[in-house]
Amino acid sequence: MEKLFQYLARASASFVLVILLSTVIVLYINARPAIEEFGMHFIVDTRWAVDVPIDQQKSTDTSSIPTSTIDSDTPPPSDIQDIDSEADDEIVTNATSTTDDSEDVPVDIGDEFADMDEDVFVEEEFSTSSEAKTKTIYGGAVPIIGSVFSIIIAMLFSVPVALGIAIFLSEIASEKLAKPTSVAIELLAAIPSIIYGMWALFYFGPLISKYIGGHSVSLLVAGLVLGVMVIPFMAALSRDAINTTPDVLKESAYSMGATKFEVIKDIIFPYAKAGIVGSIIVSFGRGIGETMAVAFVIGGIFNIVDSVTSPTNSIPVVLANNFSESSGMSMSVLYYLALILFMLSFTIIFLAKYFLLRRKA
Amino acid sequence: MRLIINKIAVALSTLMAIIGILFLGWILITLVGKGITSLTPYIFTHDLIDNGIRNLIWGQFVLSGLAAVIGIPVGIMAGIYLQEYGGHSRYAEFIRDISDVMMSAPSVVIGTFIYAIIVIPMGHTNGWAGIAALCVMLLPIVVRTTDDMLGLVQVELREAGIAIGASKYHVTVNIILKAASSGIVTGLILAFARIVGETAPLLYTSGSSIYMETDLSQTFPSMTVSIYNLATMPNEKLVSLAWGAALLLTVVVLMLNILGRFMIKRSSN
Repeated sequence: MEKLFQYLARASASFVLVILLSTVIVLYINARPAIEEFGMHFIVDTRWAVDVPIDQQKSTDTSSIPTSTIDSDTPPPSDIQDIDSEADDEIVTNATSTTDDSEDVPVDIGDEFADMDEDVFVEEEFSTSSEAKTKTIYGGAVPIIGSVFSIIIAMLFSVPVALGIAIFLSEIASEKLAKPTSVAIELLAAIPSIIYGMWALFYFGPLISKYIGGHSVSLLVAGLVLGVMVIPFMAALSRDAINTTPDVLKESAYSMGATKFEVIKDIIFPYAKAGIVGSIIVSFGRGIGETMAVAFVIGGIFNIVDSVTSPTNSIPVVLANNFSESSGMSMSVLYYLALILFMLSFTIIFLAKYFLLRRKA
Repeated sequence: MRLIINKIAVALSTLMAIIGILFLGWILITLVGKGITSLTPYIFTHDLIDNGIRNLIWGQFVLSGLAAVIGIPVGIMAGIYLQEYGGHSRYAEFIRDISDVMMSAPSVVIGTFIYAIIVIPMGHTNGWAGIAALCVMLLPIVVRTTDDMLGLVQVELREAGIAIGASKYHVTVNIILKAASSGIVTGLILAFARIVGETAPLLYTSGSSIYMETDLSQTFPSMTVSIYNLATMPNEKLVSLAWGAALLLTVVVLMLNILGRFMIKRSSN
């Protein structure tokens, strides 16, 4: 019993490790075709699901930026004709060789072609053939840029507000006011993110587009919603950090005649700096992986942003919107994006741990 | 001058706090205002196909409930290992780091992972995949909570148990787990509240069905995924149904959180 229990406990702990490792491995395996195909150039390529002639493949022609999503699962008409013509050829050869099954053969071949992934089919079969030299190019730059900019907007908005709330709760507000407010803030941090998304879609987005201009789904709206979403989270964490400042330090500063602002600036911030930075990084990590709050309002189109009010895309939203209708190379590209996102959050959590650990030391 | 700067700074900080709270209040007010009108007895007794949400409530409950039933024992055992057996060994510290990384992993990435290992082999979205995805979300939170809570139990309790001749297994199960139980239960409630409201990992693992479904190997109804689908529909009636479901979901999540906080308070008294 003793041994069994210890064994079970150890196995459970290792299970956590196994899940993480298999996540990375599975993502990598699925992303490998895309990684091999596009390499690191993927990160800076702004084209998504664009068919280019194979000769121009190397030239980074930025004029071919798509203005909207091109359905990746429908190959261009010329390719379909090619498939048909080759199918006809095979049918003819089959029909001549097996005269008995001549009626069944076309059906079989039709099924075979239907089962085959058209995307892969187009690329692997026909990019090598002499008739059709096209190739679908995927670039991850649009969602990556969208993710980065939306999180930057979110941070610009949420850091001052969240720090304001944290300072207000710990230093300015009276005990009576601070207690219910901080409970409310913590509860708000628990609200499912899809609620924020719905609110933004129906109320916040139209409001922004009315007063600032642009569409009601845009990079700006997405960034601000992300900001609103991480405010309670960031405020609660940085309030905890601020509260760790010993009262003795604050009291001695006050007794020397320092004003509240000076105490906050010179005593609390230096003391709680690591904790506050840690809370910002954790919120950053949460924001960059956020799907639902952003999916409603970012627009979901592959369009490199020319102004903050135009719709674009972000990595989690691409995954959410395009995943179920993808296959073959387009699927692999999505796994590539997922891997990039995973690595980003990996880095962020280690940064946060570094800052938080330093505070403990 | 110093006093003026001080006044300005205090006013700014208060203003920021007011802005933040206004935004959050605005969200809650629109949610309640929009949702409350569509929460009629009718939608609780009909499935989505008849413009009700009965199957969604059932689906979300089954998915997150089964994920909790599977994930919690594994998580608790892992937490016990980290605290009681691993201690500060290198392996245990490594598992702690890993579990923190997983806790912050984007939920949509977990969805893609489960899609690759369960949905592709089975050929279509299904309930088990949804459960697995939620389980992966839940596991690190449970591990972390159990680990922290067991760490709060005094060493003297363990020593007392061992001194009367109890085996380590008995000490762990009968003494330490009991001493830490209220903290662990609180953590479990909060973890459950977290996965109940999750959407992204379910989008292409469980999918969402408009029918009542009891077979977990089929596409399973999910409330959060349905809210996402309904809210983007042009039909006014479906959108208001989404608001109703969103309100219900928020109320459940907040109730769970309040319950968890209530237990913290009670255990600290």
